[in-house]
Amino acid sequence: MTDHFPMKSARLPALRLPALKLPAFALALTIGAFASAGSAQAQSAVDEGRKLAFDRSKGNCLTCHVIKGGDLPGTIGPELVDIKSKYPKREELVAILHDETERNPLTVMPPFGRNRILTEKEINAVVDFLQTL
Amino acid sequence: MKLRSAIYLASAALSLALLTLASTLPSDAADKVDPVADAKAFKKFFTDKFPKVKLEDFVNGPYSMNEDLYKQWQDKEQFPPYEFSLEMGKEMFSKPFKNGKTYADCFENGGIGVRQNYPYFDAKEGKVITLELALNRCREANGEAPYSYVRDEMAALTAYMAFTSRGKPMDIKIPDDPRALAAYENGKEYFYTRRGQLNFSCATCHVQSPGERIRAEILAPALGIVNAMPIYRSEWSGMGTTSRRFTTCNSQIRGVPLSPQDDEYRNVEYYLSYVSNGLPISGPGARP
Ligand code: HEC
Ligand code: HEC
Repeated sequence: MTDHFPMKSARLPALRLPALKLPAFALALTIGAFASAGSAQAQSAVDEGRKLAFDRSKGNCLTCHVIKGGDLPGTIGPELVDIKSKYPKREELVAILHDETERNPLTVMPPFGRNRILTEKEINAVVDFLQTL
Repeated sequence: MKLRSAIYLASAALSLALLTLASTLPSDAADKVDPVADAKAFKKFFTDKFPKVKLEDFVNGPYSMNEDLYKQWQDKEQFPPYEFSLEMGKEMFSKPFKNGKTYADCFENGGIGVRQNYPYFDAKEGKVITLELALNRCREANGEAPYSYVRDEMAALTAYMAFTSRGKPMDIKIPDDPRALAAYENGKEYFYTRRGQLNFSCATCHVQSPGERIRAEILAPALGIVNAMPIYRSEWSGMGTTSRRFTTCNSQIRGVPLSPQDDEYRNVEYYLSYVSNGLPISGPGARP
């Protein structure tokens, strides 16, 4: 098959489905499979985020924060709980992780994004994890 | 909220420190450097922040910050883990070099009870001389190879010299010499400057966060922080010199540590010791 729009079809695989010919139940199945693949993906991002947050050579957030499920937490920062109600917008969390000195120039929290301690992708995974707390 | 107010307090003090820093940068007239006022403000910051801790107790590092730990420490002092080092230091100190001289020949009062005078500013050289540096210079002047600044021999010698000076108030002088004042000021600036991938200054940990846990360790307050050196640390299963502690702190922040006894470290030690004037020498110390 020659694909004239490789980028587009890669991003939107659903477009390639010959949807018209699919019986309704098959469609439902496909959607179901998609949905669960999606949440599995989300789950693995959360796991990845937790790993990054706890890893001493990565986020090492436990150095300063009590976080559910983490051993030997420090007390320099506030306990990380109810994050979603406190910071409903994920951009706020991304910003805190990217460079908290923008909000509070005297903070002791390291600028994970600015100083490239974590990549953008890693920060996103950590934020996924934070939103489950 | 306790934490918030702690942060605000620390922030206020830090901005004060930064303000004074800014106003005393090299471009400004040097006569604005005021170590006497610095030392007073420094003590006030810590005594205000920890009103229950007695001034002379700040020299006990993390133990001064936490009652349970304080009790553990008192128990530990019954059988101090630095005893072996002290013995070794005492023996080394009295054993003559190959040329027949001893360490006592290099120091005032034979090196006994003089820890509180280090570091001092040497007018001939125009630089800060720490105790560790003076010990190695003594060795070299007598034809002996210098010791590593971060290992047991140096720890043993300084442990013994600290022990004979226990209880004496830190007594650092800044002579009327622009170079001495500059050394002090550089040390202060180094102490408050953020660096490394984690963007920490010495003050981030030891001024903004003393008493807090960083992972499992309780951070020592900067006031009196050098009075207990050298220290035995269970985590190291051994002794650590001031040089070892400074370089370890710098690698923790994923910065590149300077070499031991680099000018910058000598200046930081000069600054930290000066602002701790009046607090007793308590070394050698034992830490969890
Ligand atoms: C060296 C200490 C330190 C480290 C390491 C650290 N933080 Fe923080 N963090 C703080 C402090 C202190 C605050 C309080 C706010 C401030 O200082 O501006 C804070 C605030 C936060 C907040 C806002 C919490 C609230 O209740 O408002 C979040 C979210 C956060 N940190 C997440 C993280 C994550 C995730 C990591 C690891 C990737 C991390 N922190 C690593 C010190 C730290
Ligand atoms: C990332 C946090 C951090 C930074 C930044 C830091 N330290 Fe430390 N420091 C520690 C920890 C943890 C300890 C061990 C616990 C304690 O005693 O405070 C310690 C201990 C010390 C001690 C021994 C105190 C004692 O009584 O046991 C000295 C002296 C010291 N630091 C000096 C410095 C200097 C000077 C700098 C800057 C060059 C610095 N520290 C930067 C975390 C830090």
